[in-house]
Amino acid sequence: MSLSSAKSRARRHPLAAALLAAALVGLGWAGLAPVRAASHEATYEIPRGTFAHRMHGEHVDIFPQTIRLTLGLNDVLVLRNGDSVPHLFGPTIIMPGQSFRLPFETASTYSFECTAHPNGGLHVIVDPAPAPGWGRLQWRWRELTGAA
Amino acid sequence: MTARWYPRLAIAAFLLLALAYLAVALVRFEPAPPPAPVAASRTEALKAGVLTPAYAAPEFSLHGSDGSEVTLARYRGKVVLLTFGFTHCAAVCPTTLATLAQARNGLGAASDKAQVIYVTVDPERDSAEHMRTYLAAFDPAFIGATDAPQALAAVREKYGVTAVREGTGPDYAMAHTSSIFLIDPAGKLRAVMPFGHSPADFVHDVEFLLATGRQA
Repeated sequence: MSLSSAKSRARRHPLAAALLAAALVGLGWAGLAPVRAASHEATYEIPRGTFAHRMHGEHVDIFPQTIRLTLGLNDVLVLRNGDSVPHLFGPTIIMPGQSFRLPFETASTYSFECTAHPNGGLHVIVDPAPAPGWGRLQWRWRELTGAA
Repeated sequence: MTARWYPRLAIAAFLLLALAYLAVALVRFEPAPPPAPVAASRTEALKAGVLTPAYAAPEFSLHGSDGSEVTLARYRGKVVLLTFGFTHCAAVCPTTLATLAQARNGLGAASDKAQVIYVTVDPERDSAEHMRTYLAAFDPAFIGATDAPQALAAVREKYGVTAVREGTGPDYAMAHTSSIFLIDPAGKLRAVMPFGHSPADFVHDVEFLLATGRQA
């Protein structure tokens, strides 16, 4: 389609042209505008009774086996121990009532020991910050669809 | 102006508004975050994983590589960088100790305010004398700690540290926790640095704990 025919079509269908222009502007914004999150922290709590339930042989699903974080957006993992016994998470013991706030600065996949999980392990996938363009478009789409 | 121009004007106005919105969004690229509340900034300033509230670090009494007793109380007033390992470790321990040595260098005049304690998970091969020689290659100020296997296991349990023997024969290895525990000058276990951080991160956190450790 040549430029002159495009102009002629736009003149004949101004509403469609306006909608197309709006969609292009929207895409430009979604791909270029910086992404932000209300908080950098992804917080998970080990609820009271987790250890006791497990000792009784009950299956306890507290939080996901794999936690996905994004650099620059939500890149701090916070674990709160609301249980009445200490829990081992990765590099340390979290005492009852204590929180462990672990920031990430490198995109990678991390595997931690975690006694709050049935199989004793937790994976944290830290994705790089969404790059301008396709990366931010994808991130916004995931946010929109709740898949982020 | 004829009526046929009105739709064009409307479209042009819409586009201008949209472009203005895009321009504003781009100009506001990554604005500086608002100042954090004091309580939050005290923990968010650290590169390591932070424990809140901070409790007293579990005390221990082990045989030091300098021939004396190693306790945390002995180093009150300093930041203690506590780590666990074994001198026959091929990769993790040499990397950690070299990182900590560089960090102490990076602290400059404050280097004597940071004490590295290296607790062995392999008392069978790590005598106090052997640890002294090994650690001196990294930094003569580092202190090694060894003892009876049961005493060392009790210390590991207090810190949630694991150590598992791998292999048989004289060249066995030990799979062990590789994190570094940061204990502030008041003796509180404030943070845990996972393996792999740079010397600059340790310098940053030690300086922070020296500045705030007394009030924590």
